Formats: sequence, C-alpha cells, structure tokens
Amino acid sequence: MQLVQASGLVKTFSRLRAVDGVSLEVSRGEVVGFLGPNGAGKSTTMKMLTGFLEPDAGTASIAGHDVFADPIAARRRLGYLPEGAPAYGDMTVADFLAFVGRMRGLTNAVLGERLAEMVERVNLTAVWNRPIDALSKGFKRRVGIAQALIHDPEVLILDEPTDGLDPNQKHDMRELIAAIAPGKAIVISTHILEEVEAICSRVVIIAEGRVVADATPSALLDAAIVDGQRPTLETVFRSITGSKAA
Amino acid sequence: MKTSFRTIGLVFGREFRAYFATPLAAVFLLVFLALSAGLAFFAGGFFERGQADLGPFFAWHPWLFLILMPAIGMRLWADERRSGVIELLMTLPVRAHEVVIGKFLAGWAFTAVALVLTMSFWLVTLYLGSPDNGIVIASYIGSFLMAGAFLAISACISAMTKNQVIAFILAAIVSFLLVMSGTNLVLAALRGWAPAFLVDLVQSLSFITNFDRLTRGVLEAPAVILFVSTIVLALWINVQVIDAKKAV
Repeated sequence: MQLVQASGLVKTFSRLRAVDGVSLEVSRGEVVGFLGPNGAGKSTTMKMLTGFLEPDAGTASIAGHDVFADPIAARRRLGYLPEGAPAYGDMTVADFLAFVGRMRGLTNAVLGERLAEMVERVNLTAVWNRPIDALSKGFKRRVGIAQALIHDPEVLILDEPTDGLDPNQKHDMRELIAAIAPGKAIVISTHILEEVEAICSRVVIIAEGRVVADATPSALLDAAIVDGQRPTLETVFRSITGSKAA
Repeated sequence: MKTSFRTIGLVFGREFRAYFATPLAAVFLLVFLALSAGLAFFAGGFFERGQADLGPFFAWHPWLFLILMPAIGMRLWADERRSGVIELLMTLPVRAHEVVIGKFLAGWAFTAVALVLTMSFWLVTLYLGSPDNGIVIASYIGSFLMAGAFLAISACISAMTKNQVIAFILAAIVSFLLVMSGTNLVLAALRGWAPAFLVDLVQSLSFITNFDRLTRGVLEAPAVILFVSTIVLALWINVQVIDAKKAV
C-alpha cells in the first residue's frame, strides 16, 4: 500500500493556479525530495496532503485514509512540520511537546517515553525548559521536527526542515531523517540540492504547479548525461525548471 | 457530532494558561477592577444613593464588556493565523468544534476570574447594609452570560482575520450595536418608519435591555435564552469560518 497517495490535486487562489494536477505516491521506506522554485506550489501541495487546505479537485490519502473524508484517521498517522516551524511561543519546549502529544492522544506513560526519546534524538536538552519564543531559529526548527515525530507516525511531511539551520545542524537533521526513514514514508520540501542527493531516495520536481520530473536522483542525473559528462543536480534542476520559472 | 472532551480540555488548559503567560492578564484584571469600581463610585453614585445594592456596579457592565471582551477574544484565532500555528493545530487529529469550544471556554473562565475578583464589592455592601443577595447572584449570573455572548462574538470575528487589531475593532463595533439597539436613541430613530414588530425585535435583542431584566433579580428565561443562543450561534459560525478557510 502507498502510504501517501495524491492524484490530480488542483488549487487556485483567486486567479493564480498554484497547483495544477499534482499526483504523488510514496511508499514505506521512501524519502521523497520535493523540489521546485519558490512559488512552484510545494507548500500548497503539502497543505493539501495534510488536509489543511481543501483542493479544488483531486484526492489525497494518508495510509489509506482520505484526508477529507476521514480526516481524523488520516491525521493520526501523519506528522507535519508546516513552513516556518510554527509553535506556541509562550510555552516551554517541554510543555509544547507534551501538549501536542496529548492532543495526539498519547497516554501519560507513552508520552513520557516519547518525550525522553525526543530530547535525545532531536537534541533538545539545552532548551527543554525554555520558552519557544526565546529559542534560536535552529532550535525552533528542531522543536518543529520533534512535535512532528512525537507520536512516531508512519508518514512525515516536512516543509523545509533544514531551513535556517547551520551546517552542523543540517548534518544532524539529515542523520536523524536517515535514521527514522526505514519504517516511514517521508516527503521533504527543500531548496538545498545537496540535501536531496544525501538523503532522498526519490526526487519530485515541480514547476508552475505541475510535476515535471519524478525519478531517483541518480536516474535524473543519468538521463541528463551530455557527451558522457554527468551534470550536477543543480544543472538538471535549472534546466528543468529554469525556462518555466523565468 | 462526535466530540472529544479530552481535546476540549487540552485546548482549554493551554489557552487559559496562555492568558497568564503575558502581562495581558494582569493588565486586563486591573483595568476591569479599576473601571468597574471607578464607574460605580463616581458615575454611578454608589455611596450617594444610600442604598446597599450593587445596581450602580452592574449597570456599567454592558459598556465595560463591549470593549473588554473583544480584547480577550481578539487573540484566540487571529494570533494562530498570524503565527501559522493554526496549520499545526488543525492538522492534529482534532475536530474544529472541539478547538472552538475549548478556546471559548478558556476566555470565559478568564472572565469568571475577573468577575470573582469584583466580589469584594459585594462584601463591602454586606458590611454596610443588607443587600438583596438574590439580586446580586442573579446579576452576577447575568453578567457572566452577557460576557460570554460578547466573547463568543469576538472569538468568531477573530477567526475571520489574522490581524488582532482588526478583530478587536470589528468585535467592538458589533458589540456596540448589540448594546445600543435597546437605547432610546436607536429605538426612536426606528419608530418613525419601521413597523412595530421590527422595533420590538431590535429592542428584544438588546443586550442592555435583557441584562437590566436579569439585574432586577429574576432569572428571566427570555434574557437567559438570548445570551445562551447568541453564544451557541456565534460559536457555530466560528466553526463554519474555520472550515470555510480551508477552501481559500
């Protein structure tokens, strides 16, 4: 079974067609890098996958549950990091993660275990009792990851998880994602192409609301070989999206 | 309609604590106490009347609440939308009405704290004379219900915007209209041309007229029904607004 399944998603804002028939399937164990220029429709697509936005057309399901017909069941199996990693700034990291865990229905015993695991895995010890408003961008992002992982979901949708992190933090984040990937289906949107090569098993590139490429990173590169020269992912990205986004 | 009371409780707890996480709570409670006392003493003639009752104190509540309840309600949704937390909140396995009810109850409980703090007034009148405690209790219940109606309207309007200031102003305007609809100013303007039933209708919707009834010491059903149904209707619209925002 595909853990993430979307077909023909369309979303129009006033006159602008932000997403124009995006279909996507992600199975267990896959890490899909969702790439595209700014404004290509990445975040809008992710908002529809999570059920936050209703599409004008098309369907989306998480672990077999339609996100609009059966939203509660779909959301139980989903961890989501929205763009910008929003959180309640007046709460401490500990309180915020406990709140999200309880809202997700975790019992106190399980919650305690999960919180302990998050402290260690996402490395939050130093800021555990600090208000989120007082945290650096990197820590805020990690809190966002921790809340998405708190219930150990099958599906993870992460909108720019490494945005604003320094190189060390980016490295840690990639290791974390690689470590949890085997049992899950993960969709990551990013601008950072090296990240895709490092952790993604598949690349989906969208431009102007449409999927323009869907392949493994190496297949994408092989297809673009010119005169026996393997191009960089950046060259491929620019050649696929450049003309359309210009 | 399935409802998780656990979710309502969790949202309530978070929101109620959030009021106290900023100086807003202290400022609000101080302003409310100072204004309700000041108005009762200086504008209401609390002492000069020579009567041991809380009439001059409660008489100002509609006017206080029409400013203060929008201040309590404005952040409930507008702030979530501005900060983007709404995206996190509404992708948790929760139903919109559970969050709407939890948030409203948190604001209402905060209002209850403010009202309880004013009970020192009651103690003063008990010391000075023998007020009709039935009237005082009915007035407190009426005041709490009216505050709830103002708050539900404010929360509902807060859900329509990401700007707290706009939410505050719109909610204050709607509240003002609901208060004013019972005054002679509005009714006289209507009487000239409107049919009698319309004048009666406008008057019957007035928060002031209905609140006055309750402060006379009788928990009159029509007044209670007006405030409770305003709360229910505003919260229902609030849920619809949250759901509708998914489509835009």
